[in-house]
Amino acid sequence: MKALMFGWEFPPHILGGLGTASYGLTRGMAEQPDMDITFVIPKPWGDEDQSFLKIIGANSVPIVWKENSYDYVKQRMEGKMSPEEYYHLRDGIHYDYRRIGTDDLGCVGFSGRYPDNLIEEIGNYEAVASVLAHALDFDIIHSHDWLTYPAGVFAKHISGKPLVIHVHATDFDRSRGNVNPTVFSIEKRGMEEADHIMCVSNLTRRTVIEKYGINPAKVSTVHNAVEPLKDLDSFHKTPRKDKVVTFLGRITMQKGPEYFVEAAARVLEKTDGVRFVMAGSGDMMNKMIDLVAKRGIADRFHFPGFMRGRQVQEMLAESDCYIMPSVSEPFGISPLEAMQVGCPSIISYQSGCAEILSHAIKTDYWDIDAMADAIYGIVKYPALYKSLSELGMEEVNNIRWYDAGLKVRAIYDKVLAERR
Amino acid sequence: MRNICFTFQMHAPYRLKRYRFFDIGQDHYYFDDLQTEDQIVWLAQNSYLPLVNTLNEMIKMSRGKFRCGIAVSGVLLELLQQFAPEVIDAMKELATSKAVEFVATPYAYSFASEYSETEFEHQLKREADIIQQLFDQKPTTFWNTELLYDDALAAHIAKLGYKAVMTEGAKHLLSWKSPNYVYQSVAGKSLKVLLRNAALSDELSFHFSDPKWYNFPIDAEKYAAQIASIDGEEPVINLWMGADTFGIRQNAGSGIFEFLKALPFYMIEREIGFLTPGEAAKKIPASDVLSSPYPTTWCGESKDLSAFNGNDLQQEALQKLYAVAERVRMCKDIALRRDWYVLQSDDHFLFMNHIDPGHTHYESAYAAFINYMNVLSDFLLRVEEQYPTTIENEELNALLKTINNQEKEIAHLEAELKAARKHAPKAEEVKAKKEEVKAKVEAKKAKVEAKKAAPKKAEAKKPAEKKVTKKKA
Repeated sequence: MKALMFGWEFPPHILGGLGTASYGLTRGMAEQPDMDITFVIPKPWGDEDQSFLKIIGANSVPIVWKENSYDYVKQRMEGKMSPEEYYHLRDGIHYDYRRIGTDDLGCVGFSGRYPDNLIEEIGNYEAVASVLAHALDFDIIHSHDWLTYPAGVFAKHISGKPLVIHVHATDFDRSRGNVNPTVFSIEKRGMEEADHIMCVSNLTRRTVIEKYGINPAKVSTVHNAVEPLKDLDSFHKTPRKDKVVTFLGRITMQKGPEYFVEAAARVLEKTDGVRFVMAGSGDMMNKMIDLVAKRGIADRFHFPGFMRGRQVQEMLAESDCYIMPSVSEPFGISPLEAMQVGCPSIISYQSGCAEILSHAIKTDYWDIDAMADAIYGIVKYPALYKSLSELGMEEVNNIRWYDAGLKVRAIYDKVLAERR
Repeated sequence: MRNICFTFQMHAPYRLKRYRFFDIGQDHYYFDDLQTEDQIVWLAQNSYLPLVNTLNEMIKMSRGKFRCGIAVSGVLLELLQQFAPEVIDAMKELATSKAVEFVATPYAYSFASEYSETEFEHQLKREADIIQQLFDQKPTTFWNTELLYDDALAAHIAKLGYKAVMTEGAKHLLSWKSPNYVYQSVAGKSLKVLLRNAALSDELSFHFSDPKWYNFPIDAEKYAAQIASIDGEEPVINLWMGADTFGIRQNAGSGIFEFLKALPFYMIEREIGFLTPGEAAKKIPASDVLSSPYPTTWCGESKDLSAFNGNDLQQEALQKLYAVAERVRMCKDIALRRDWYVLQSDDHFLFMNHIDPGHTHYESAYAAFINYMNVLSDFLLRVEEQYPTTIENEELNALLKTINNQEKEIAHLEAELKAARKHAPKAEEVKAKKEEVKAKVEAKKAKVEAKKAAPKKAEAKKPAEKKVTKKKA
């Protein structure tokens, strides 16, 4: 089974959950013996792990025919692509994209992030997809998140192969109801053109069905999972006097940081010996710092900034409690990462991961009293900490990407069977 | 002639309200009266009252041939008195019929037998008191919480004067033996052990209205035939179940009440009699000694305590609770002592079970644990106020003893003083006499002084000379 996947991020240069999920899912699927994955991202950095899939950089795909010598191509594409491949892809150019600014090899540049001209980049990505659809051989197209839907749709029209889209998030989650009309229309078109839609949670599935008006038979849920930690023993908890309660994620409206601050203030009214950490960065960071000062808890509240790579697990391992009061979280891999290192988690009912976790404490995102009560409980009652830590770790170790991969494969098979 | 022993067990806990950690130290009332009342009224209307009325009818119709036992916890009796007293009245009617035995359970339906011997005895005494007070019966049969039984318990209650103890006819207890016999406990002839016939009891409790059950539909005639088909040698078949089987687990629409009412006819027809548990223990000789080295209950597959104390949460809660047992008993605060009973009910710990928390109203075992522990924290603070934990229990006892003794001593002395004061008028006479004597002595003294003064002058030199000679030596 050959799958052509369109993505936007891939580790180690990730900006959020999309990259982590992309990696985990493809890893899990690659364990199937006959699975062959080609993964397209706008701008690879060259240090991605390609042991289980092939990565193609959209910024290395020519969309405008330019004549170049073999040696020149070899020199320019060093480490990214062989000249043979370049020439083969160049044969896939069937449309006139000269209006797009390209370099001397006929390739268009991508930022690899979420810049201001995102819509333009999505259009360019679509152009790249058309070339690949002509040049490559595959059985099915798999598009991850709205940025890649136009590319996937175009590839489907050209190749005649079925399209499966993976909804990691919708604009309703990101904007808490105030959707951007352009984004909404791109999402909706992608969902309508797709042969099947996979959502990361039942919450997201409901949004797709209700807000985008899609036939429920076309939508399934494939829950995310978490990559197992190979070096669990290398993380430890320094014994300290105060307990540490951590929030780790983008400090933005969707993640409900203000509820965390209010709950912390509640806890500190009654107890001391607890410290609160808000790790990460985002557009609401300054507002949160102000709120902390206003509540008078600035001496027990800390903002360490953005955590990268291993720092994340280290921070989680050192914490006594992890909290994710998301207002609307399509899935939320970070509580699973916390539970992996034995840190008890408090999550909101409005997050997708609450659907599959039983050894985590769940509250509504606005219920500050319940959150404060749960934090107090974890900090004061050792049996609660121990139960959540041990049973949580056990539960999370059984949530594997391999199982998610099998579900995806089942959907592929179903879609292909329907075609015949 | 074979016999059936029916027993119906009743218990309901007080419901805890949502108690957050910031209530600790402020709010000392832990109960959700509305929910508790709701629950009791619902239980009474749907199950307890119809059941007790049915039993009364059955006794009248069979002219006392139908007999049975009722095991009801003291806490439930309190709740019924408050919210559904008509059930108590109906139960009193059962008592006057003399066909019903009231079996004792621990007052709070708690596991005190496992955690605090003195507390356990205390609860048994209280239970016996309330049964005596309401139903004019002295219990001699014991149904421990969830039919919990082990050999240690046998020794304990035999000492307290119980004649029969009821427990589950679990496979690991019986192996090849049958539950339809009466056994002797390891504590000797004085205490007999009765075992529940789980298969036949559960058939009614769980499968009565299940269309997939192999024996469906079950009616009184069929059931009686089943019982009659058991080997005639086996003397007693113990059919014990929660009273909520009638009206709740099996709702009235399933015909369970009519089934029960019809049973005595079919049984008597087949010459099967009815006994109360106490009668079964008394009339039927023990066939063998039965030992239960580990606790056995009627719960779950494993028939042990694991549903209640199997996980970390439950163990911590139970441990923290019973650690203050002695201190609570020394407190005189009535509200505190009442809360102590209510907090021990086994339901609180069942709700902390991750896998099967029974009829829980909590979202998860963790929510149940947090709520209970917050309540317990406040409770412990109140106990601490009365008896601080910095003093060890023995030291505390010793100090109390000293205080007691001193109190006694003071009482004794005061009595003496009182007695002494009774002879107060004489004291004045004595005083007058004393004055006389004193005057005389003074007079004598004066005379002696005068006499001494004269010869003293003469002797004055001698002492001086004596002194000089001494010095020379």
